[in-house]
Amino acid sequence: MSASLRPDLSLIARTVRQSARVLDVGCGDGALMAALRDAKQVDARGLEIDGSNVAAAVGRGLSVVQGDADTDLRYYPDASFDYAILSQTLQTTRRPDLVVEELLRIGRQAFVSFPNFAHWRGRISLLWGGRMPVTRLLPDTWYDTLNIHHVTVDDFRALVKERGWSIDGQWFLTGDKETTHANANLFAEHAVFLLRK
Amino acid sequence: MASVPLSQDSRFGLRRQVRLAGPLQLSSGAALGPVDIAYETYGAMNADRSNVILICHALTGDQYVASDHPATGKPGWWWRLVGADKPVDPARHFIVCANVIGSCMGSSGPASIDPAIGDSYAMRFPVLTIADMVRAQAMLLDHLGVDRLHAVIGGSMGGMQALTWPTIFPDRVESCIVIASTARHSAQNIAFHEVGRQAIMADPNWRGGDYYADGQIPSAGLAVARMAAHITYLSEAGLTEKFGRRLQGRPENPNGAKTFGFDADFQVESYLRHQGLSFVERFDANSYLYITRAMDYYDIADDHGGSLAKAFAASQARFCLVSFDTDWLYPTAESRIIVHALNAGGAQASFVELSSPFGHDAFLLECPELNRVVDGFLKGGRA
Repeated sequence: MSASLRPDLSLIARTVRQSARVLDVGCGDGALMAALRDAKQVDARGLEIDGSNVAAAVGRGLSVVQGDADTDLRYYPDASFDYAILSQTLQTTRRPDLVVEELLRIGRQAFVSFPNFAHWRGRISLLWGGRMPVTRLLPDTWYDTLNIHHVTVDDFRALVKERGWSIDGQWFLTGDKETTHANANLFAEHAVFLLRK
Repeated sequence: MASVPLSQDSRFGLRRQVRLAGPLQLSSGAALGPVDIAYETYGAMNADRSNVILICHALTGDQYVASDHPATGKPGWWWRLVGADKPVDPARHFIVCANVIGSCMGSSGPASIDPAIGDSYAMRFPVLTIADMVRAQAMLLDHLGVDRLHAVIGGSMGGMQALTWPTIFPDRVESCIVIASTARHSAQNIAFHEVGRQAIMADPNWRGGDYYADGQIPSAGLAVARMAAHITYLSEAGLTEKFGRRLQGRPENPNGAKTFGFDADFQVESYLRHQGLSFVERFDANSYLYITRAMDYYDIADDHGGSLAKAFAASQARFCLVSFDTDWLYPTAESRIIVHALNAGGAQASFVELSSPFGHDAFLLECPELNRVVDGFLKGGRA
């Protein structure tokens, strides 16, 4: 699998089955889709809000539609994909809970990856600095960040439990390395969940 | 199968015209025959005939997509997209572009001679639909020995034909590129066309369409029709940038002046008048009536029990849709309707809204992103 992929995408790419049907929601310039297509013959489709990202993805031969995860997922039929993927996009949606519901309707399984707002660096920054954290994974200031729903690993687990979804897999990242599940809410910079309804 | 020796085959090349016996069964129930089709081909068919691309032209367009226009000497109307080292390239593709039936550049239309009466059809020409134009193109492809299209590509009315292709001939289309277009004509689209048609028919020279004999054509009406339509091809911001409220310079007053009369004081008036006048030299008024009518009848969902998704159900084609953010004639929302229908049917669809200041006309103008999208999409099908 491509070494240049972002760590969470690389992890997802390793886990996706050969020749699966995949919808990548918030696919950016299509890096994950291209890797899945080339390495695993995956039938990948993408949804992306930014026009120049879409142009770049279509320019590399991918099927990507310009649209908004909050409003456009309802046009996809039930169970039409093996996986729906939402990587680093959850925290930018208006209603993350409804978006995950849609992912689980469209895909038989859903990957959801997000930066963990409860990572200790962020906690210290808020506790001692009294300011909204600006870290490697959350590089933008509070007023220009696209992240409108900051979420922690424990918040997400609570949502999964409340909605009755099942967790088929979970992975945690610090830097580029996979890290322990123990105290993930404190030590993971990034979380990847594989869910099903 | 051996490669077709193009040089020895008179079916291929520039400025071709063929008379096909037909009859072509039309949407209206009428039949048209014989059917003349004027067309051009570029490049060579490969051995397995898998590199054929059909380009569809817009309302007042023609078959000269990538060669100089024989009358005006201007380069082909889509030379930015079709040509050497362009996304559609004769070195790699066998490219076909045909004048639509109903038009006046060599294909059968109201100015053609009706063999039954030995005189121009005029308004006796049958009313056409976009689907009829597509069926005529399919007749031409049969004549050229083309079974399947690697791609059908069009902008504006050309996009309507491109989108109609897989709904009528699902087995003949591998991919479909629809630029600045729609799946149906809106009330506003129909309204603008009606203004144009009424302008033509109100011209005393129109005479029920029988103006061919004495050459006294309804040029004033056709020019007004073109002026009104031309406004819809541009954006408000584009017009403001190009003309603003600037006055037209004259020999006696190079900076222009208000004449307190009804000459073309403003540059934008002068520009539109020029557009209207030059148009009547190259286009037939009755063809304008017939083609705008075909566009107004266009509604793919309506032809499939009201469901756009159903229209594409039999097709395995890949789709690429492109809209422009300042196009208010066929705005992005129209492309989204198509995309949603394709997604609902699980089709391989791509869609992007590109940014351009030039309104609907953007699809004909310099747009590197459009070229990148079309190139990537066409090559993606070969991966």
